[in-house]
Amino acid sequence: MAKQSAVRQDRRPAAQSIAEATPVKLDRLIHERLRLGILSALAANESLTFNELKKLLKTTDGNLSVHARKLEDAHYVACTKSFEGRLPKTEYRLTAGGRRALERYLDHMEALIQAMRER
Amino acid sequence: MQRGIAGILCALHSKVPCNARTEARIIIIYMGSVPARPKSREPVALHAHAMDNLRFIRETMESAGSFTAVPGMGGILMGLSAVGAAFLAGRQAGVDRWLAVWVGEAFVAVLIGVVATAQKARAGKAPLLTGPGRKFALGLAPSIFVAALLTVVLYRTGLYAVIPGIWLLLYGTGILSGGAFSVPVVPVMGMCFVALGAVTVFCPLAWSHWLLAAGFGGLHLIFGAIIAARYGG
Repeated sequence: MAKQSAVRQDRRPAAQSIAEATPVKLDRLIHERLRLGILSALAANESLTFNELKKLLKTTDGNLSVHARKLEDAHYVACTKSFEGRLPKTEYRLTAGGRRALERYLDHMEALIQAMRER
Repeated sequence: MQRGIAGILCALHSKVPCNARTEARIIIIYMGSVPARPKSREPVALHAHAMDNLRFIRETMESAGSFTAVPGMGGILMGLSAVGAAFLAGRQAGVDRWLAVWVGEAFVAVLIGVVATAQKARAGKAPLLTGPGRKFALGLAPSIFVAALLTVVLYRTGLYAVIPGIWLLLYGTGILSGGAFSVPVVPVMGMCFVALGAVTVFCPLAWSHWLLAAGFGGLHLIFGAIIAARYGG
């Protein structure tokens, strides 16, 4: 136990350097793989339909719907429902807040990589 | 080692008490796609997960970009220039001049395609030389190269009648392979070119103006309009 404490003490400077390098708290809402995929896909397109996202991310209706709703609730994506002929069409767009959140997340990941390289 | 990573993570989230349960929870959070109960006690480097996440973001953005990579308006312009070339080629006296018109049209079409793709990429703030644009170019380029080479060979051996069919077949093959990563309408366009080429290759040279106009002109106009309407550009 004492040995473990000593090891932890030794590694504290490295841990502190990473903490200093990544002061922003990780956005756990984006960190989930499918939600990260939704934001990334929407960052590359002005808008995508529900079916396009489903095909792109190779997921199910239910799964995509649940995760898209969480992002919608956080105002990271905006959802528009309309009709194309008689078929309902759900379209998603990335909001300004969603783009900022994705950029913060990218910064966080890059800072982690940078901090580990500098160790 | 796992405690080492957890220590770093606890330093990152200093408000969270650093007990064993919290350590495991934070590690799982950082692992992203790792299941809730890790099967192995083997730790995975923190920066490796960060790199994996960045790779996932890049790949998703590249795949998503395929929805808009092929320019619709560019296709329409290529179709119009091909109709013009077919009109000009039909009025030429010899095979040499007929061939010169179509080779010139090929350069014009390539120029239109490159400019339209670059403009669309710029408008969509998408990279031109990476992702779907690169995949499309790499899929199309070998067929175009083989078509150019076969044109020289067939011209030198005097087999002029099969040249238009070979062009349509190889262009269709290139669109099929390049468009495999794009929207479904692009491979369908490739299949139409292949089907028309399969017919053209058995037709006399006298019909070539009409068949080439139908292929490089008509198919580009139709599919360009569909792509422009559905996917922009």
